[in-house]
Amino acid sequence: MADEVVLLDLWSSMFGMRVRVALAEKGVEYEYKEQDLRNKGPLLLEMNPIHKKIPVLIHNGKPICESLIIVQYIDEVWHHKAPLLPSDPYQRAQARFWADYVDKKVYPPGRKIWATKGDEQEEAKKEFIEILKVLEGELGEKPYFGGESFGFVDISFVTFSCWFHVYETFGNFSIEKECPKLMAWVKRCQERESVSKSLPDEKKLLEFVYYLMKIFGIE
Amino acid sequence: MEDELVLLDFWTSPFGRRVRIALAEKGIKYEATEEELFEQKSPLLLQMNPVHKKIPVLIHNGKPVCESLNIVQYIDEVWNHKSPLLPSDPYQRSQARFWADYVDNKLFMALRKTMRWKDGEEQEAGKKELIESLKVLEGELGDELYFNGESFGFVDLALVPLASWFYSLETCTGFGIEGECPKILSWTKRCMEKESVAKSLPDPRKIYDYLLERKKKYGF
Repeated sequence: MADEVVLLDLWSSMFGMRVRVALAEKGVEYEYKEQDLRNKGPLLLEMNPIHKKIPVLIHNGKPICESLIIVQYIDEVWHHKAPLLPSDPYQRAQARFWADYVDKKVYPPGRKIWATKGDEQEEAKKEFIEILKVLEGELGEKPYFGGESFGFVDISFVTFSCWFHVYETFGNFSIEKECPKLMAWVKRCQERESVSKSLPDEKKLLEFVYYLMKIFGIE
Repeated sequence: MEDELVLLDFWTSPFGRRVRIALAEKGIKYEATEEELFEQKSPLLLQMNPVHKKIPVLIHNGKPVCESLNIVQYIDEVWNHKSPLLPSDPYQRSQARFWADYVDNKLFMALRKTMRWKDGEEQEAGKKELIESLKVLEGELGDELYFNGESFGFVDLALVPLASWFYSLETCTGFGIEGECPKILSWTKRCMEKESVAKSLPDPRKIYDYLLERKKKYGF
């Protein structure tokens, strides 16, 4: 019996993109359903009544919520191909730790870089760069966070890379200058079809942010 | 070769308690340290958790694992021959992770807010959120014995350390678990019948005394 896989998502969400990348890595076919978060549809509200957020993966009618939980689920169900988490428990614990770090730390200052000004923006920029440097340190000389192969931590973080252009434009800084090794890793990931096909164009994201600022009345 | 396990902890932390319960469930021997959280942090803690500098940290044969739910999953995977904490089915497992994440991000966040004595408004908001999230959890528990179904598991373990805070919550904020969420209270009592839980949780009165001491010393 064929699997029925549906993804409730928002094209610009770096969290939704993680799921797209994971599904692409596993070669899983799915139906993509774009959600309107200002006018949430009945399917989203039914499938994620607790948080009412995207992404939601619906597998044969059953919902899974929270992007990193979804990616782990995908890895466990479609385990015959492209393992995303290491098989060793200690390595797995390290992968979860770093994905959790990305989850907690990267988004808030990133958002403040474009959504705020003045001192608040400067603080956010400093914090953001610090966090990127910590991640760069963790990457070290490895081709991927997962070591020789692309994996869980790479997926959790690479989806922010399409937003770098937005952060750099508003924050007036260069991520390449601050973290050259990290940018090399981004380019390496973008060579993977699962990544290049799942992430939107960075210029489109910048346009989208200008549009958001207009509708939210941010200067 | 014998395993060497050290838990860097602080006795009031509900997150440290999760790890203790998991270790007790698996019958694993370990050494626990009492870390200094508000004064100078120990060199061992800073070395083992340089990123967050927080407890709990489980050091297994010299290698650190951080973040309580991450540690519990690690324990479950390494000592997989006994007392499984997570379900074996991937879908059930994703649900367990979802609810443990809910406990972390909604419930314990709300608990922190209720402990902000200085800010009455924030404390009230925290209390409301705490009640709301407990009611959601009550709905999720339904008529099951445990969140994990027939047996104690990951979500039960994630939530049960809250039990040590019931007395403080009632005395300090007037929040009575019996009145607000009776199902959660009966679930707590059921969990406390387990030796691994009863042995691992601190005395609620001691938590209260500690909070009063902190209030006197630091004003919150």
